[in-house]
Amino acid sequence: MKQQMKMWSGLVLALGLVLALSACGTRGKAPLDATVEDRGSSAGGAAGTGTEALGVQDYGRLGMDALQDPASPLYQRVVYFEFDSSTLSEADQEILAAHAAFLAGHPELTVALEGHTDERGSREYNIGLGESRGQSVRRQLEFQGVRPDQIRVVSYGEERPAADGHDESAWRLNRRVELVYGGQ
Amino acid sequence: MQMKDMMRWLLLAALLAGSRGALAVLTIEITQGMEGASPIAIVPFATPAGVTLPEDIAGIISANLRRSGRFAPLPEADLIARPREAGDVRFQDWRVLGVGDLVIGRVLQPAPGRYEVQFQLFDVFRSRQLTGYSIPARPEELRRVAHRISDLIYETLTGEPGAFDTRIAYVTAEQGAEGKRYALQVADSDGHNSRTVLRSPQPLMSPAWSSDGQQLAYVSFEGRKAAIYVQDVGTGARREVAAFDGINGAPAWSPDGGRLAVTLSRDGNPEIYVLHLADKRLQRLTNNAAIDTEPAWSPDGNHLVFTSDRGGAPQLYRMDSRGGSVERLSFEGNYNAGADYSADGKRLTLVHRDGRDYRIAVLELDSKRLRVLTDGSLDESPSFAPNGSMIIYATSAGGRGVLAAVSADGRFRQRLTLSGGDVREPAWSPVLRR
Repeated sequence: MKQQMKMWSGLVLALGLVLALSACGTRGKAPLDATVEDRGSSAGGAAGTGTEALGVQDYGRLGMDALQDPASPLYQRVVYFEFDSSTLSEADQEILAAHAAFLAGHPELTVALEGHTDERGSREYNIGLGESRGQSVRRQLEFQGVRPDQIRVVSYGEERPAADGHDESAWRLNRRVELVYGGQ
Repeated sequence: MQMKDMMRWLLLAALLAGSRGALAVLTIEITQGMEGASPIAIVPFATPAGVTLPEDIAGIISANLRRSGRFAPLPEADLIARPREAGDVRFQDWRVLGVGDLVIGRVLQPAPGRYEVQFQLFDVFRSRQLTGYSIPARPEELRRVAHRISDLIYETLTGEPGAFDTRIAYVTAEQGAEGKRYALQVADSDGHNSRTVLRSPQPLMSPAWSSDGQQLAYVSFEGRKAAIYVQDVGTGARREVAAFDGINGAPAWSPDGGRLAVTLSRDGNPEIYVLHLADKRLQRLTNNAAIDTEPAWSPDGNHLVFTSDRGGAPQLYRMDSRGGSVERLSFEGNYNAGADYSADGKRLTLVHRDGRDYRIAVLELDSKRLRVLTDGSLDESPSFAPNGSMIIYATSAGGRGVLAAVSADGRFRQRLTLSGGDVREPAWSPVLRR
């Protein structure tokens, strides 16, 4: 178990490196252009260690039980957002990098990205905002090699809160995208 | 009222009277305002000896007029006389009480199970009748007749059409043993006669009335993804009209009833489309990397107002009904969304962020002046009454979702509470017939 933990932290570190090198081009709504991808691969080459390739492959080799392992980043299947924002935090990008590698290694798997918002404001606008959050996660996954047909985005807006309260302590838990694996 | 119109109306009433269930009632409590309301006396309607009516017609009329905020019906105990016929009315007595208008009526029973409801409205100070009708009704139509009479009184005295003989659609959510249960319900404008038109274990959203008041479009997640349905309110027959990948949301009927403006994300981003119901043809109106949603047709069908965060935060925009000539409408504050047009096309009601609070506001389209009408913190889903006098919206009270209504000038407010669960997303029907 301890050794396993060590392996996870090593992978997270490696993935973090990939992200640090490539994340700058992944935010916002602009489509990813070829230069961003080129920079990612050439930077990986410059690092020369092959660690990213190892990370991706390792996650790809993991079985479905990795989703149930509390020590695995794959165990985390919710990412959270600021108010009226669809921008991913760096911590969430790490979690998503693990899922991207896992999905890329398991092309038979699918994932539903369920976008949610807090209860404030207009319900249909919140459906739009939940969709926008789901699409942010989709872009991040696709950028890291997940096939588009493995991903489905569903927005529930404010209709399915994770926490029922009416203040920020509940709202921050409700502004989220949940990754729901097919066949899970 | 022409005889032909009356027959048509009765036929409709008969068709609609069918499927009512015993359900939670929305109770209405007036929470603000009454100043400036005109005193009016509504005398209990006389009945033939030994006949007890299933509905208190004068009571329904009184409650309606009181809820409008424009009238202050005299409490029944303060009525100094109970005239049955015009000849029994002593105007001097009512003048002394300061009552400007008087309603009397009687219900005849020409045959078992058939009624004839007659009423007369008098101007007390001029000692003359302003209007009077005789309306045939079956027992199950009496409430509706009382609403119709309320409309006739309101229109005669204010010069504006009434909106009592209308309905509201809304969504309820109740916590059951196996998670939340959702229902789409329709009730009379006074909260009575509520009936469920759809139940689902998955969220229901965004009910929208067709302009003839016969059909509802709504969003259902019953397939674990959003789809838009159109349902006939009378028969319950329904069909799926949009189930594309991604969002299928925010349906809004064109005034001619042939098209739905909807929000779809099938092309990767929430955009507004027009769906032609006859042939399912789709026409894309917006093309922007931002969120574009919540379309609302102008009553003349020439424009659509919608919410977009293309400027960085949600604001209201207007475009022509083919998608051109986009113009920003809201400038005050950093959150304006969810607009609904008044029937005269001159105003929008919308959700406006006021500091930390989300409140209902009215935007005058000519002057672009915005006026906040409510004082809640999570107010949403405003919908104009078809006569523009009131706005119904969703708010919260005691941690629960409730409905509330506010007069379009903000002076008068009332709350509609369901006996259990959350109530949300009210949509006020158009005028039902005529």
